[in-house]
Amino acid sequence: MQPFTSHTGIAVPLLKDDINTDQIAPALHSRGLKEDYKAMLFNRARQREDGSEDPDFVLNKPQFRDAGILVTGNNFGAGSSRESAVWSMLANNIRVIVAKSFADIYRENCLQNGLLPIVLAAEEADAFTARVVAVNGAAPFTIDLVTQRISGPGGADVAFDIAGAERTRLLEGLDDIGLTLKHMDEIVSWEERAAKAQPWLQETHDSR
Amino acid sequence: MARTLFDKIWDFHRVGQRADGRDLIYIDRHVLHELHAHHAFAQLEKQHRPVHRPGLTFAVQDHTVATKPGRDDATNPSGTAFIQAMREGCRKTGIRLFDVDDPEQGISHVVAPELGIVLPGATHAVPDSHASTVGGVGALAFGCGTSELAHILATQVMALKRPKRMRVRLDGRLGAHVSAKDVALRLIAELGVAGARGYAVEYAGEAVRAMPIEQRMTLCNLNIEMGGRSGFVAPDDAAFTWLKGRPYVPQGAMWDRALAHWRTLSSDEDAAFDTEVLLDCGALEPQITWGTDPSQVVGISGHVPAPAAVEPNRRAAAESAFAYMGLTPGTPLAGLPVDRVFIGSCTNSRLPDLQVAAAVVRGRRVAEGVVAMVVPGSSSVKREAEAAGLDRVFRDAGFFWGESGCSMCAGGNGDRGQPGERCVSTTNRNFENRQGPKVRTHLASPATAAATAIAGRIADVRQLLSGAA
Repeated sequence: MQPFTSHTGIAVPLLKDDINTDQIAPALHSRGLKEDYKAMLFNRARQREDGSEDPDFVLNKPQFRDAGILVTGNNFGAGSSRESAVWSMLANNIRVIVAKSFADIYRENCLQNGLLPIVLAAEEADAFTARVVAVNGAAPFTIDLVTQRISGPGGADVAFDIAGAERTRLLEGLDDIGLTLKHMDEIVSWEERAAKAQPWLQETHDSR
Repeated sequence: MARTLFDKIWDFHRVGQRADGRDLIYIDRHVLHELHAHHAFAQLEKQHRPVHRPGLTFAVQDHTVATKPGRDDATNPSGTAFIQAMREGCRKTGIRLFDVDDPEQGISHVVAPELGIVLPGATHAVPDSHASTVGGVGALAFGCGTSELAHILATQVMALKRPKRMRVRLDGRLGAHVSAKDVALRLIAELGVAGARGYAVEYAGEAVRAMPIEQRMTLCNLNIEMGGRSGFVAPDDAAFTWLKGRPYVPQGAMWDRALAHWRTLSSDEDAAFDTEVLLDCGALEPQITWGTDPSQVVGISGHVPAPAAVEPNRRAAAESAFAYMGLTPGTPLAGLPVDRVFIGSCTNSRLPDLQVAAAVVRGRRVAEGVVAMVVPGSSSVKREAEAAGLDRVFRDAGFFWGESGCSMCAGGNGDRGQPGERCVSTTNRNFENRQGPKVRTHLASPATAAATAIAGRIADVRQLLSGAA
């Protein structure tokens, strides 16, 4: 996983609640194992009905084309568990999402891939969003995971919370499977205990 | 100390705690599908990591398979690579695959319980957000992403934060032609699409106890649509009877032993929940969505709401939904002409769902100009339905009768509507463009969907059957 220490980039406001993963990463009609995650991101919202680019969609606006920070509302990433909704962010060099809240599975998928999910309380989020809207892509914000601060135009630094262990995992780019494999002895001894206590759980057998 | 059922299952499966504070929860049954499996297989191969317990892992081809009779790998060209990559991955790792032509192929959430692969009190994971469907038999399930899928393959555990506990008590007796689907839609409307986020949900109460297992699965299936990753019903005699004799369920002395344990699987009388929700279902009428998220719901006698009737912070979403759905506030839902009806998906494709729909359809015809489809949830369901003559009922009425798969729920197999079409669907998400670009989806029960197909308009099944429509 790509470690995350800090990111300086343009912040793009996508000010809706409940944006779902069908919207973030639409299942495209023709697909293959090697999908174009860059093109996938908000693919439908980016286009008008005739297939041409929709200049009104915020990510298509010239000042936001290279945005690295997405700023949004409540319950971001609802719906399907598809991890392409995170991979398509990274493929577009978006490394941070600032939201009022995230859907559970989406937030988990962010942590698995080094995409920093920041939650701000409603009032703070509104104040920060106002700054993002006001600067309109003219100057970047810096998100520093070491100091847990957002800095940039239009006001004072904003502190954000993240669980210490999640912060470490992102900072060091830790391999999640590797972390768990350190507990293989415990896993195997659990299996031995379970095989005695509830043996039907530790075997599968087609009785026919 | 008094514990909830969630606590009992979680604590038993807690292998240990990782350095980052997360609990390692053992996954008893892991089921893959082709859309996400290949990423995980490729990742593990690159890292030279073996699959720890292939014997506890199963795989099903469901998301991209064609529903056309006589289908094969290539019938849906955009699925071929996924289907073949999962087949190859399962061959290399020794995972039991229910392949495209397997007599027991189907949607993972339908296949796993019907074969008895998932059991009461067992933990279950699927790289799909509707994993908790199997909560209907009393299993604790987690939908997951692709990285988590690879993690489970390599370790057989998930690294999770302990969720909070919610109990949803459903009181009252459901009226005629009102089902778990209607209850779930009403509940999502009341709690909102994030109302259960961060919670494991236990469904309890008189209305749940009266539900057959398949309806309990429908209820638990829709748990994610209010943001909850896991939802379940404590198993009871109805569940044990339903499971007994299924192929992967323990037999003989082992059954007796398992059953004795399963009978302990309930929340203690005085166990505390972090939150409790009460819904009286006694007066509930059939429900249907009018908008573009599953919380935008009204009763079948209801109207598209006026913006002023919508909570202020949901008003912008409502306005956008009016535009997408081509509806104006105040319009009655019943009577809206439809182009398409879909009966299927992990939400509503089990045999009793098809029986309910067939009872409505029998002796009637699909309205002129309506494309109507039934896609059974598994090849076993399809066979049983055919043995009971249901396929004839649907076909004679003008429905397409397909091979099993996820089909039009998300259109991953090419089954999609045309732009602008209005579709009544027994699925789980009415998101924009989900059933095809610009398709307008209304979620409803199999009974409502069947009645709508016959009427050619959104219909109240109770009126259709009483001859009033």
